[in-house]
Amino acid sequence: MNRQIARLGVGFLVLYTLLFVQLNRVQVFQAEELREDVGNSRSVVREFGQRRGSISTADGVVVAESIEVDDADFERQRVYPHGELYAHLTGHYSFNVGATGLERSYDDQLAGTAFEQEFSSLGDLFLDRDTTADLTLTVRDDVQQAARDALGQRKGSVVVLDPRSGAVLAAYSWPSYDPNPVSGLDPQASNEEWDRLVSDPANPVLERWHRELFFPGSTFKVVTASAALESGSATLAEPSFPSVTSYTPPLTNVPISNFGGSSCGGPLLDMLRQSCNTAFAKLAAEHVGPGPMVERAEAFGFNSVPPIDLPATVASVFPTDYGAPLETIDSFYGLPPATTPDGQPVPDEDLVFLYEDTPALARSAIGQLDVKSTPLQMALVAAAVANEGLIENPHVVGEIRDRDAQIIGGGPTGLWRQAMSPSTAAQMREAMLAVVAGGTATRLAVPGFEVGGKTGTAQLGREVEATHAWIIGFGGPPDEEPTVAIAVIIEADEAVGQQTGGSAAAPVAQQVLAAALAPPPVPE
Amino acid sequence: MARIRRNAELGLILLGSVIVVGAYVLASLGQNASIPVDLGPFLAAELGLILFAHIATRRLAPSADGILLPLAVLLNGIGYVFIARLAGERSVPSDLPGLQATWFALGMAAYVGTLLVIRRIRVLDQYRYTVGLIGLALLFLPLVPGVGRTINGAKIWISLGPINLQPGEFAKLALAVFFASYLVDKRELLRMATYRLGPLWLPEPKHFFPILVAWAGSVVVMVSERDLGSSLLYFALFVVLLWIATERVAYLVVGVGLFAVGAFAAWRFFDHVQQRVDIWLDPWADPLDEGFQIVEAQYALAEGGLTGTGIGLGDPARIPVVENDFIFAAIGEEMGLLGSTAIIVSYLLFVGTGLRIALRAVDPIAKLLAVGLTTIIGLQAFIIIGGVIRVVPLTGITLPYVSYGGSSLLANYVLLALLIRISDESAQRGRIDADAAGVVGSTAP
Repeated sequence: MNRQIARLGVGFLVLYTLLFVQLNRVQVFQAEELREDVGNSRSVVREFGQRRGSISTADGVVVAESIEVDDADFERQRVYPHGELYAHLTGHYSFNVGATGLERSYDDQLAGTAFEQEFSSLGDLFLDRDTTADLTLTVRDDVQQAARDALGQRKGSVVVLDPRSGAVLAAYSWPSYDPNPVSGLDPQASNEEWDRLVSDPANPVLERWHRELFFPGSTFKVVTASAALESGSATLAEPSFPSVTSYTPPLTNVPISNFGGSSCGGPLLDMLRQSCNTAFAKLAAEHVGPGPMVERAEAFGFNSVPPIDLPATVASVFPTDYGAPLETIDSFYGLPPATTPDGQPVPDEDLVFLYEDTPALARSAIGQLDVKSTPLQMALVAAAVANEGLIENPHVVGEIRDRDAQIIGGGPTGLWRQAMSPSTAAQMREAMLAVVAGGTATRLAVPGFEVGGKTGTAQLGREVEATHAWIIGFGGPPDEEPTVAIAVIIEADEAVGQQTGGSAAAPVAQQVLAAALAPPPVPE
Repeated sequence: MARIRRNAELGLILLGSVIVVGAYVLASLGQNASIPVDLGPFLAAELGLILFAHIATRRLAPSADGILLPLAVLLNGIGYVFIARLAGERSVPSDLPGLQATWFALGMAAYVGTLLVIRRIRVLDQYRYTVGLIGLALLFLPLVPGVGRTINGAKIWISLGPINLQPGEFAKLALAVFFASYLVDKRELLRMATYRLGPLWLPEPKHFFPILVAWAGSVVVMVSERDLGSSLLYFALFVVLLWIATERVAYLVVGVGLFAVGAFAAWRFFDHVQQRVDIWLDPWADPLDEGFQIVEAQYALAEGGLTGTGIGLGDPARIPVVENDFIFAAIGEEMGLLGSTAIIVSYLLFVGTGLRIALRAVDPIAKLLAVGLTTIIGLQAFIIIGGVIRVVPLTGITLPYVSYGGSSLLANYVLLALLIRISDESAQRGRIDADAAGVVGSTAP
């Protein structure tokens, strides 16, 4: 029997060797693959429950933080003490539906997994150090609250920024949502809440202030006016356009009329003050032309995604294709070819041509047809005028601080665009101050400060009564550089019907501007 | 000789206790970042019980092998640490550590009791048929209406008041005893080879009758109790013992053939068997339902990697029934490949020691019983570990000495005591023989 027993021993040795081989496969050779398997929720669960930095406003109000909880799966839960107020900045951090907003764009820094955070010194290789970092926003809680209070329950957005740095001081859109239930730890409840939010026709999860496009209406005339000034087609004083109630561009018989059927005209300064559609349409179609218009719109940032430190920002749109050039405007009107003072024919590049789609350009110049803009982009237009023609990188994060309170980074800063020359910017500033002093934006005035602005009332179509009410503007102490730029849109509402920028948007902007111009409260 | 073995046993027990207590402290540090408050009582109870068993061995089986007891209590201790560490997490009941500690104490008592009662292994031979009948009764007890209980789909439990027992755990012991004494008795008949088929010398066809009975019995167990693991264990045990008793490899070949037929038929006709095989081949086909347990176990083992997450720092409670059938995955996650390999090596050591005891045993019944008992532990550990890591299809069965479970612990400590008894007996007899040889030797020039 002993020989068989010895063989049985060998048999067991073989069986256990099989176990050892398979164990090596599972625990070592295939381990990486298994750990990253899509069905393996261990790593995501672990990561989700890990320490995560907080997000606070510039004036020290915590708007997102991780608190320890007693849960089988997760050690911590993300909470948003101010719910809807900051939802469109922080976004949410949900196990089921992922992260949005700052939670997404600064995920590495908040979680402490950015390379420079994990390995700031050689010793970190061997230590389990808390590498998470906190974000301090450029957003001020007082301005953000003013934006919410002024907008109330109306659909719309408020964007406030410091034109000198691009720092966002407030960004608020309504409807908003509470990020807390979505970030809850019960997967089913979280999923249900998310389904409810995304199926809500009002789309409360959409960050309308930088992710939704609207007709900018007359606020776009700031870009058109800048294009005219920059291309030398006009100055604030000339040419002066005849006062008319409607203008029909060449190649079409669809007329463009003024708001409320009024009659207006005059030089650029008056056109801006009265927001004169007919004159701006004619200026763009017959004096500036598509080339300089497209060039200027893109210099302001249209057709590019603003490099703000938030995910999924959309680019504002200005059409670039106007078809083939047909003939010069002079030739269209049967005038003799233009000549230089010394009698030579003006070279082609200095002539304004008529294009196949010139009628479209005339409408685009007053912010209609195919021009679409985010509230953020229109705030950047105002900022360019306020900051000598320069657009600084918009950003919402001011400082990133590690656990030792050392600053280890910040939001993106630096020059993004030169929208126009300083002299054009200076003229535009004059004009926009005039719009507030004695034009459509008088209700934007903030006593004790120099405030400029431009209103907009964007019609959605010929048959639709309701309008978007817009205003963009800037303000600062008298005789100093403006310190605040703002854009406000109150979206079209069937129940309200026609609402103008000057009557509906200006008071909202005025309240917020006043709050932003007041000295910031000292952080506690 | 006896004293050397007992002192080695004591040393190994102390070493094992250091490992277990260390793991216990680490588990607590990992979970709560604190030294366990009950460390003193834990240490006292653990060491006290083991030393009680050790001293009893010194008295009752002084010449027995000194490795088995330390190995069993080490495995038991590691298992306890993991049960204590898992208790209260997710769906793992929080009263398990207390119960398991009680079972450990009872297990030690059963060990000592067995050594006390069975002073000579031959005693068992006298009650061969009684033991065999008891074994069969225990095996089929769960099928009796009113007594039997179905838990987790397997009809292998009986209820005695508040306690649920798995009589099958004791049945395997009784059957091992019966097989050993029956086969030794009949082996001359069974090994008679009358004709030849190729390289195989075959006994008379009628001698294949017992193997058919065993095969039928295990098929009945599989079908009626839905207990694949035990069914496989009983049949393999019988075939191995038959082969070793008769020294005829033909029985092994026929046994494997019968197993193949039975396995194929089971796969073909029983949904639950087919399901097990499908999950084994591709657990990812249905990772959230049928394959969930095994898939989570693979993730747990992968999470552990080479060195493990550290005891108390992983999340093995994600695996359903981790405290029982899947405790090996928990060990693999938190102690890594190093820890899981240590467990495998422990079983291999146990098997090696058990087979060495069998080799040294003089009495053929003792020899065969030692093989049977060793095979039970070695095969059972292989079946469940192999099931967890997908070497074989998963069959629900406990990991000896490690898993939570009272019946299993009690039965395995009785098994241990029987092995110790055989080892002691053959060493005693060996000493007598050696003494005799010594007398002869001293007179030689």
